[in-house]
Amino acid sequence: MWRRVFDPSGPNVELVDNGIPNMSLAQETPVTPTRPPASRNGRWSTFTHLLIVRMKELKREPEVVFWVFGFPMLLALGLGIAFRNKPADVTFVAIVQGSRAQDALSLIDRSPQKSSIHAEVVDKPAALKGFRLGKYDLVVESDGKGGFQYLYDPARPESVLSRAEVDDALQVSAGRKNPLPTSSVASNEPGSRYIDFLIPGLIGMNLMNSGMWSIGFALVDMRQRKLLKRFVATPMRRSDFLLALAAGRLVLMIAEVGLLLGFGALVFHIRVLGSLLSILILSAIGAVGFAGLGLLTASRAQKIESVSGLINLIMMPMWIFSGVFFSYERFPAAIQPFIRALPLTALNDALRATILEGAPLEKQAGRLLILLLWGGVSFLLALRLFRWT
Amino acid sequence: MPPAIECRDLRKTYDGKVEAVRGLSLEIEGGECFGLLGPNGAGKTTTIEILEGLLDPTSGEVTILGHTWQKNQREVREWLGISLQETRLSEKLTVRETIELFASFYREPRSAEEVLDDLQLGEKADAFVGKLSGGQRQRLAVATALVGNPRILFLDEPTTGLDPQSRRQLWDIIRNFQRGGGTVLLTTHYMDEAERLCDRLAIVDHGQIIAEGTPSELIERLGGHHVVEFEASGNSSHGAALQTWRALPGVESVRHDNGLVSLTVREPHLTIPALLDAVGKHGSQLLHLTTRQASLEDVFVNLTGRHLREQ
Repeated sequence: MWRRVFDPSGPNVELVDNGIPNMSLAQETPVTPTRPPASRNGRWSTFTHLLIVRMKELKREPEVVFWVFGFPMLLALGLGIAFRNKPADVTFVAIVQGSRAQDALSLIDRSPQKSSIHAEVVDKPAALKGFRLGKYDLVVESDGKGGFQYLYDPARPESVLSRAEVDDALQVSAGRKNPLPTSSVASNEPGSRYIDFLIPGLIGMNLMNSGMWSIGFALVDMRQRKLLKRFVATPMRRSDFLLALAAGRLVLMIAEVGLLLGFGALVFHIRVLGSLLSILILSAIGAVGFAGLGLLTASRAQKIESVSGLINLIMMPMWIFSGVFFSYERFPAAIQPFIRALPLTALNDALRATILEGAPLEKQAGRLLILLLWGGVSFLLALRLFRWT
Repeated sequence: MPPAIECRDLRKTYDGKVEAVRGLSLEIEGGECFGLLGPNGAGKTTTIEILEGLLDPTSGEVTILGHTWQKNQREVREWLGISLQETRLSEKLTVRETIELFASFYREPRSAEEVLDDLQLGEKADAFVGKLSGGQRQRLAVATALVGNPRILFLDEPTTGLDPQSRRQLWDIIRNFQRGGGTVLLTTHYMDEAERLCDRLAIVDHGQIIAEGTPSELIERLGGHHVVEFEASGNSSHGAALQTWRALPGVESVRHDNGLVSLTVREPHLTIPALLDAVGKHGSQLLHLTTRQASLEDVFVNLTGRHLREQ
């Protein structure tokens, strides 16, 4: 018979034929582990460790830091500069060469609107070509009966504006007396500018982006790496794992919202009328809601590629319809109910009302309900569908 | 004392078609190191994952230290340390952070420092997992299994793809765990690993156990402890010639593979002179002759006609 002899000093096992019946280590040592435990873990040890580890991992991925914090600020900066309040737009007008061209030009020059109208006299082909290419907003030509004829494009807002502006200028210079005296004041007060509209929208979009990506992507990545399976092979409570993910989102949410809001206030002098607490509560509901949607997206996907497609598919309509960069009021009335039911629309509307108008949360119950429903329903669905392996 | 791991008539069918496990029963005593040996695709991983409670069997029963997965999942998990075949741990965490994370999942874990020392990872404690070598990663995987102070250690192909030195390091770690009273269940397709490490093993093929016993028992069952391999000129590996070799004194079985003839023999000192005579009478010349001790590989080939490493 062969007996296996272990030599504690060396790594190799010898096989020795010594005629003793087979004996294994099992019979020589007790079955219970001999080591005393080093410590007892408390109820929240798993949760805290998972949360800390998640924060460390994020911190150690520079690209994550960029996409979560740097990118939205760059976007706000770029768009804020592009759409900053400029002097009133100048309209470009071509006057077709001919007998009355000089008349038109001098009428415009004498009008009160002369500073906002840039008119030049060109021949007809040049005028038409320039109009086609967008160099001119309007073409003015003698109508042969002592008056003028406007060539404009009703589909181009600036062309329509230009026609009204030039017509006014010509009529007033030619002696029209307005029956009702009116005056206008230009506004560039904080609160009504494009950047004021934009910053809450960017906060909402960022809460959606990072909620969907950081939860959806992270989970599928862990599933693909068999790390989820490895975790559930331990006594780890699955609820602690999900709770740590959600808590991680909240910590990041505070940083995201704080940075964008602070950036808007410092660089663009945005006035925050709502209370910070309301903004935080609102953002937290948004962050957790989108985390639920992210969890649902990631509940089955086995590959990063498939979950990426899914996330983009879900976010795409909201980028377009939910009023991040421009108001959704311009979409047809028929789809307005659908737009208002989207979670990002509800979040953006609520953020704008709170930040820009100081509306209290209790006045926004409908929007909060939409957010909570999206988050809650996706979370419950995700729990049913979720695969750990 | 109930057995550490017991299963009865396990079956697993994927999508109603592929039968990965077909009626497999095992009983592993506390303190044993038990090996599931078999080629790739034999159903080893499916079996071990069912035993680990990560896969539900299509039918059959599993008990771990007398408890079932259905009733005592959380309790049972406290007793197990598991290393899966391919887990990629987070690369941006350090070795110590990874071990501490896994320690936090258990009620009464071992200290991370102690586990680091035991697994010779002390020097790498603050290195990122992404910077570790294959052997170090595998040791870390086992460390995450050991940090919970388990009574049973499950290892799925723990040394696949490792260099010889790393393999020996892992064997030491496994033996140390066993010496401390732990039970080990491992899968492997390395017969030397099974031979050196396991007190008992089951050879698995096509989802069934085709042989079970201590390594020496299994080899014993071949009928001979020695293998004589030779190659001779002429038709040494065809029909009539094979009959001649089979009839030589002390020969238990004959195999041939690409002109190489292998004889399983009980007493080489009787067989070899007779073989030399027979080759002479046959009118051919020996091109090559070796003798070696029989291994589990021979057992496997004898049982299935295939080699372990063949796909």
